Amino acid sequence: MAAVAVAHKELTDLDVKVMACSVDSTFVHKIWDEEELSKMVPGGIPFPMIADGGGHLGRVYGVYDENAGVNFRGRFIIDPDGVVQAMEVMTPPVGRNLKETIRQIKAFQHVRATKGGEATPAGWEPGGLTLKPGPNLVGKVWKVWKPTD
Amino acid sequence: MAVSSRKGVTMADNKGCARPTGRVLGEEVDETDPKETAGKEEPKVVVKVGHKAPDFEAPAYLKGEFTNVKLSDALGHWAMLCFYPGDFTFV
Repeated sequence: MAAVAVAHKELTDLDVKVMACSVDSTFVHKIWDEEELSKMVPGGIPFPMIADGGGHLGRVYGVYDENAGVNFRGRFIIDPDGVVQAMEVMTPPVGRNLKETIRQIKAFQHVRATKGGEATPAGWEPGGLTLKPGPNLVGKVWKVWKPTD
Repeated sequence: MAVSSRKGVTMADNKGCARPTGRVLGEEVDETDPKETAGKEEPKVVVKVGHKAPDFEAPAYLKGEFTNVKLSDALGHWAMLCFYPGDFTFV
């Protein structure tokens, strides 16, 4: 969670509202923030830490593990219309890659800005080549883009 | 559909000794006796990319305060919702 907090400024600059969620109570969130996270992130966690006791939200988002009674590491990117554009769910031992999350957000924002007129190929980074799907591109992607680009 | 495990515990109890939790919005609150609903099916997974994210309201901790969060308050902005296994875990 500290890694998400460190990326918070960049996410805020991209107009992203961040929310964290575990089955722990707000009391436990408070103590974790005060006792540990604030020592890794100056000022502590800058976004809401949701208490999902019972896993009601986790179940609906498909990340609740009934056996362990906790939520898996799940990350959902939701657009301004409230539509889920991307999701990633991992078992607990492997952490997130915020760089990749931010890359995806930038890609979805680019696609939205073009009203779906452009698509971003694999590994796209801002400023990189985009594809303009249409009849002229069918079977011709090889002419404009290579997987090694 | 049951979305609140503790009947009668509302968001207003957030600052008391109860342990409030969140609820998915747009769902009927189930007032039936929990004994009668034992073994009842849990809410189905409804999250899919390209579909609306289920709205919810839930208690949260934010910078020293206890507050409530509603996903739909983020409409008009991008949102990133991060679930994680638990406080004081290592990754």
